[in-house]
Amino acid sequence: MILIIDTCKERLHYFEFVKPVEDVLNKQGMGFWTKHYLNVSDKDLIKAKKIIICGTSLQDNQFVEDIDYFSWLKNFEKPVLGICAGMQIIGLVFGGRIKKETEIGFFKEKFEKRFLGLNGGLEVYHLHNNFIDFFKLSDFEIFSGNKIPQAVRHKKIYGVLFHPEVRNKELILDFVKNG
Amino acid sequence: MKLGILFSGGKDSGLALFLAKKQGYKISCLISIVSENKYSYMFHTPLIQRVEKQAEVMGIPLIIKKTKGEKEKELKDLEIAIRKAKKEYKIGGIITGAVESVYQASRVQKICNKLNLECFNPLWQKDQFELLDDLIKNKFEVIVAGVSAYPLDENFLGRKVDKNFVVEMRKLWERFKINPAGEGGEFESFVLNCSMFKRGLKMIGKEISGRENSWSLEGDVE
Repeated sequence: MILIIDTCKERLHYFEFVKPVEDVLNKQGMGFWTKHYLNVSDKDLIKAKKIIICGTSLQDNQFVEDIDYFSWLKNFEKPVLGICAGMQIIGLVFGGRIKKETEIGFFKEKFEKRFLGLNGGLEVYHLHNNFIDFFKLSDFEIFSGNKIPQAVRHKKIYGVLFHPEVRNKELILDFVKNG
Repeated sequence: MKLGILFSGGKDSGLALFLAKKQGYKISCLISIVSENKYSYMFHTPLIQRVEKQAEVMGIPLIIKKTKGEKEKELKDLEIAIRKAKKEYKIGGIITGAVESVYQASRVQKICNKLNLECFNPLWQKDQFELLDDLIKNKFEVIVAGVSAYPLDENFLGRKVDKNFVVEMRKLWERFKINPAGEGGEFESFVLNCSMFKRGLKMIGKEISGRENSWSLEGDVE
């Protein structure tokens, strides 16, 4: 079973940032359950085979204030995929710093190496005001992005700054099957 | 948080509004952009003038902004309307009925971000058959107000979005790749009644215009 973590402060954002990820898994008949990060328990972390941490809106940075709720990530050994805010959360937990850069809409990104099924130049959907400077986190390998890290991995922890649930749904499926 | 909604009078903004209210949000105003350009990529045009009646039966204040519908200039007009809503109704965010269109959604996101407003898209990436089913399940009375794709024609105007409609859209999807909820601009809709309305509306003095596979419905509602 996959644990989907909702990072949205506003409950109406669930439909935009969490449900589309649930729909990708539902269409493949994959089992999951969803919890808001404030309610994730040790039991959830033990039960989860894999975890997806979803994104949230441009104006929502509450997760930064609440970063201690994600301290479990530091020693977590099962696969995790962080999407946008989820990627920023991963970076913050591993000591990264937030930088400002707004990107909204479709952008072309180049994947230098295969990353969860993505390779070469691809169109992705961005919706962020911030990113994490993963260049300074030596534990992480960067798969895309010269100035703004777009896709990173450390052991079984993956992060993407873009929203695969919008235009790169295959990335989510690859993570679930092979991550 | 008090919210405003970009409201076209059609099924998507209607369902988005319904979901927001169901989640307990207070909707302080509707914002409608009336475009002179019936081919606008941003704004829905059939029966847009009739949103006043919908606002009246929902008891929600309405901000109407007219635009010539010129590309990018119409975004300035949208920003003016959203600024007005923020100032007059102290809203903290905007809801849209965006489903698939990154063109529309990203432009509204940029305006909201600039104005430090939350932007809510509760139908974002929703399966289009699920969307139609949600309308039916929640007792929305919706009619087709415009069509613009083969093989849809004037016979579709005024048709109710009901179970039979969904069956037919499924066939059209399989045969012609017509988006079942009209996400490719294949058709536009108008909400005549739903649980948020104090009373249902009905069309009077229907007029249809168009040719071949591009038709729209006009008329009054009461």
